[in-house]
Amino acid sequence: MRDINIKYLEGEVRIPSACGLLGYINRKGELTSGYHIVDAMSVMRERGNGLGAGFACYGLYPDREDYYAFHLFFEDINAKEETSYLLYRYLDVVQEEKIPTRKVRTIKDPPIIWRYFVKPKEEYLEDEDITEEDFIVRLVMKINSEIKGAYVFSSGKNVGVFKGVGYPEDIGEFYRLEEYYGYTWIAHSRFPTNTPGWWGGAHPFSLLDWTVVHNGEISSYGTNVRYAEMFGYKCTLMTDTEVITYIIDLLLRRHRLPLDIAIKALAPPLYSVIDRLDEEERIKMKAIRAIYQSCLLNGPFAIIVGFKDGIFALNDRIKLRPLVAGEKGDFVYVASEESAIRALSPELDRVWMPRGGEAVVSTLEERGVLV
Amino acid sequence: MEKDGRLKTISAKGLHYRQLNEEIRKVLEEGYQQIKIMDVNGQRYIGSGLTFSDRILEIYGTPGNDLGAFMNGLTIRVFGNAQDGTANTMNGGEIVIYGSTGDLVGYGMRGGRVFIRGSAGYRVGIHMKEYEDKIPVIVIGGNTGDFLGEYMAGGRIIVLNLESQGDATGYFCGTGMHGGIIYIRGTVPEHRLGKEVKLTDINEEDIAILKEHLIDFARYFGISLEYLISEKFYKLVPYNKRPYGRLYAY
Repeated sequence: MRDINIKYLEGEVRIPSACGLLGYINRKGELTSGYHIVDAMSVMRERGNGLGAGFACYGLYPDREDYYAFHLFFEDINAKEETSYLLYRYLDVVQEEKIPTRKVRTIKDPPIIWRYFVKPKEEYLEDEDITEEDFIVRLVMKINSEIKGAYVFSSGKNVGVFKGVGYPEDIGEFYRLEEYYGYTWIAHSRFPTNTPGWWGGAHPFSLLDWTVVHNGEISSYGTNVRYAEMFGYKCTLMTDTEVITYIIDLLLRRHRLPLDIAIKALAPPLYSVIDRLDEEERIKMKAIRAIYQSCLLNGPFAIIVGFKDGIFALNDRIKLRPLVAGEKGDFVYVASEESAIRALSPELDRVWMPRGGEAVVSTLEERGVLV
Repeated sequence: MEKDGRLKTISAKGLHYRQLNEEIRKVLEEGYQQIKIMDVNGQRYIGSGLTFSDRILEIYGTPGNDLGAFMNGLTIRVFGNAQDGTANTMNGGEIVIYGSTGDLVGYGMRGGRVFIRGSAGYRVGIHMKEYEDKIPVIVIGGNTGDFLGEYMAGGRIIVLNLESQGDATGYFCGTGMHGGIIYIRGTVPEHRLGKEVKLTDINEEDIAILKEHLIDFARYFGISLEYLISEKFYKLVPYNKRPYGRLYAY
């Protein structure tokens, strides 16, 4: 594991609880301010313990939508200089700046937080016969695993992750999220279980345009990591959410699986259920289980995944973590608690609880449905 | 909105659960018969641990997790949906929910009754138990998720599946069950059942139990009792009181 700064370790109180998730999309692509989701997270305060919170926003950089927006944490100026050298060497950097923040009393010792709008240099893509996305992924892995004190926590086009150690409302205020507008917003309040709370370890985890927030603890972590590493992903933070993000990138982007199949790879039906499916489905499910055995996420989890065209939410097969969905007009909401959805929209056309292993999927209308 | 000093209306808007629950307790101790709580959204532990058998709480909105947990006596009416862990380890009293509920309703429940007009989530009534006249009861108007009555040791669960949207229960219904009775209006396919339970016909005694509780369900939600009992009921009972008694014996 990469050497991380120890000053952010462990909180002073532990309140038995579990992470809080909230996400929504406007299917018509209408933009809303980050103010709303930050405010709504406060009703799930008991689900976090102040050791991590974060947000993802889609559609926030319309003027730079053709560029990858890299958001980075640096522990010190040396890490920044070393990283900067690498970025300018491999990428065309059209803009770089400090991510605007405000002083918040409860947010202590933030790292240096910087963003770069970049494109891979053509010459490298041609030389190595590599796709733009793969090039970006390789660079992110290199920085995160090799440069001490540097961490890329957001690397997609027209998507931005904002996260840190604190409660969601404090992190929202710190990053001035009310100034950003997006068609999809995803939020997380963290109660870390297996790793100390650190800025990089807060959710969402992100790679390219995938962002993932997670409540739970997957027992398949070792299997999943070994599989992801065979494809060049480097898991640096020992956090299960990180590997979930990489597996999603692998299945959906690199293996080009349709979304419904990828979802079944992550949470396949139990064999007792498969046995009763009709023959075609049975063969299909057995094949998914056989081929993607190592992608199965076992143990309790609820995740919300954002991508450029939409959002999906998924529970483990036996639903060991809460997940609720709601709908109002063009908005689709998913959350750990119905109250968080009602904080965004008191009146709803429909509220439902998806079954374990059955995803809620919602995509932008004009861009078509991925499934 | 005060009426004869017996009804008090309070607003939960923006209140943390600790503030709200302190306020509720204070108002109950002042002697009010009935409290109407407006704008509830996500506040946890409402009614938890309280012993005010003759009082009524009316909740408007979406109460948070563990509504009525460890409650000893109180009537709670929810005009909306409840979240997870409703009636967790409840000892007595009554909770009436006009919407649906999340997972884990009546976890380890030991007494009192819960009436749900809509559906309930996963793991309803797991580890429920009974002792002599303390027999907890859960009545669900819609259907339930997986693991209904898992490891159930006592009590009664009645699933009405009124809107008949699919099967009355999810998978692994009654797994590890070794006491109590689950009644199902209509039936449930064999493959949904845990291997510790059997599906059987009901008898006169069961009809009396069903009527006792369905009369109240009908009254609370404005549905005729005749309609509720017009369909055939089946019951799920465990094969054995100690299914694992010999598991580690040899």
